[in-house]
Amino acid sequence: MSASTSLKTPLTALELRRIIVSKLGWVGCGVALLLVIAPLLDIVGVVTINGLSAFSVQLFTKNTGGTTNGLLNAMEGTVVITICAMLIAVPIGIGAGIHLSEYGRGKLSNAIRFLSDVLTGTPSIVLGYFSYIVFIIGFGWGFSLAAAAITLAILIVPYLARITELALQQVPSSMREAAYALGATDATVVFKVVLPAASAGVITGTLLGLAISVGETAPLIYTAGWSDFTWTGQFTHSPVAYLTYVIWTFIDQPDAHSHALAYAAAFFVMLVVLAINISVRLVVKRQKFA
Amino acid sequence: MIPAALCAVVLFLVVYSGQAMIFNGLHFVTNINWNLGDLYSDPVTVNGISIPPGANYGILVFIVGTLASSGIAILIAVPLSIGAAICLAEAVPHRIRPVLSMLVELVAVVPSVVFGLWGIAVLIPFIGHYLSPTGNGYGLLAASIVLALMITPIIASTLLDALMQVPKENRESAFALGATHFEVVSKAMMPMVRTTLIGGIVLALGRALGETMAVLMVSGGGINILPTSLFSPISTIASFIVSQLDSAEADPTNMSVRTLSEIALVLFIITLAVNAAAKLLTSGALNVRKH
Repeated sequence: MSASTSLKTPLTALELRRIIVSKLGWVGCGVALLLVIAPLLDIVGVVTINGLSAFSVQLFTKNTGGTTNGLLNAMEGTVVITICAMLIAVPIGIGAGIHLSEYGRGKLSNAIRFLSDVLTGTPSIVLGYFSYIVFIIGFGWGFSLAAAAITLAILIVPYLARITELALQQVPSSMREAAYALGATDATVVFKVVLPAASAGVITGTLLGLAISVGETAPLIYTAGWSDFTWTGQFTHSPVAYLTYVIWTFIDQPDAHSHALAYAAAFFVMLVVLAINISVRLVVKRQKFA
Repeated sequence: MIPAALCAVVLFLVVYSGQAMIFNGLHFVTNINWNLGDLYSDPVTVNGISIPPGANYGILVFIVGTLASSGIAILIAVPLSIGAAICLAEAVPHRIRPVLSMLVELVAVVPSVVFGLWGIAVLIPFIGHYLSPTGNGYGLLAASIVLALMITPIIASTLLDALMQVPKENRESAFALGATHFEVVSKAMMPMVRTTLIGGIVLALGRALGETMAVLMVSGGGINILPTSLFSPISTIASFIVSQLDSAEADPTNMSVRTLSEIALVLFIITLAVNAAAKLLTSGALNVRKH
């Protein structure tokens, strides 16, 4: 900015206009930043206040159903679905990532990379509907844990594969060469040398996948169904409850207690998702600076 | 596995919606009426395909709803994210920049159902009370605002990364010509990152088109009527698929389930095209900047 000193001639109209436009521009940018961050803080605030005020022991001990009950079935369902989805997604995702990073130089791998980016951008409802047609109608599983877990796994695998690939590529190739020089086989190099060195990145990807599967709703509506009871132990033919369904449906109920349950569910979901994302970012940042 | 999964998605959707495509024809995308027909009567057979009597499927309303809400969301999100990114890149002290940019990125990870909850609890009463002439907050505007919030971080972080990569020499020469700090940013730096910005916008558009839960919760779920104002209830393709689950299951001929899979296919193709465009734009942008 031009500081007006006695040496300078008075500002012309053009200069004045430029300065004013610049100031206004900065103000606009500041307001924009504020408008982006304020809703986040408001969301966290609203959900936390309402969620905490709905807090009670019943939340953890009773199933949903009626208006005086808890969220036990939903919490258990979310945990079970997430665990099953991760059990399917982690081996496949990390395997695909290893393949892309270590052997991925041909046209085929570029095609896989492109397709996995496309799959990442596919609306989750489309995947959910696909699972509905294939698993629920086609295989006749009915709303079930297996269908829900597989759907979420399809959703997570591309993320996991790309993050694993990036992490593995950052391992210096001198480490690989050193291992090969010691007479290690391909498998030994990948699993004993490269993968441990890239473990932080792989764990990051897994955690982000976990956050996605806890927060997803749309694909589960068409696959998991809903149940007022805890998980029956069956993988097919028995619907499962999950937390995000509570948020979606209970907020439309007329009574205050349903709203309280919806906020409590939202609070738990948000807590898990934000905790994972914040910790991942802090850890990754520390590594970058080190 | 990944290509297999993707091909399987397309294949099953196409196979399953085959009958629906034959029955619906091209009217499908130009018809505004969605009528499941009389689900309790005996199915009738039209052109060898069994459907509930009176059934009639048209998705123009949902296509318009999707495009309108995403379009308005982009209109809101672009200035916001450009402002926020410029602010983060240039005006904010180095110490707190990581914190603020993390906050912006965190907006993107909030589950969409929580956005919907916030929309119902905060945004809908606000619109209903202050803006809407009918006092009803659910509708196009609410859906667009929620969508805009969800996609802003995508554009902003893409732009922020690009702005940080602008060579020092370009900034310094602009300063040396006597430009004010804001002119340096807006006239020297922004043109350099324009392609990246467009790529980010297209990427965000892809996300907005496919967004489901938040839109479902605040859009008012209008069917069979085209939106006439910012406050009209709408449905997007994605939210409509969710809302039709129950009624589709009640159809003994399964025709509505097949038609829904045709809708899912339409949505898939639209987002596929948009994402592919975004990918081409962003990868092309890197080449341009290196020259």
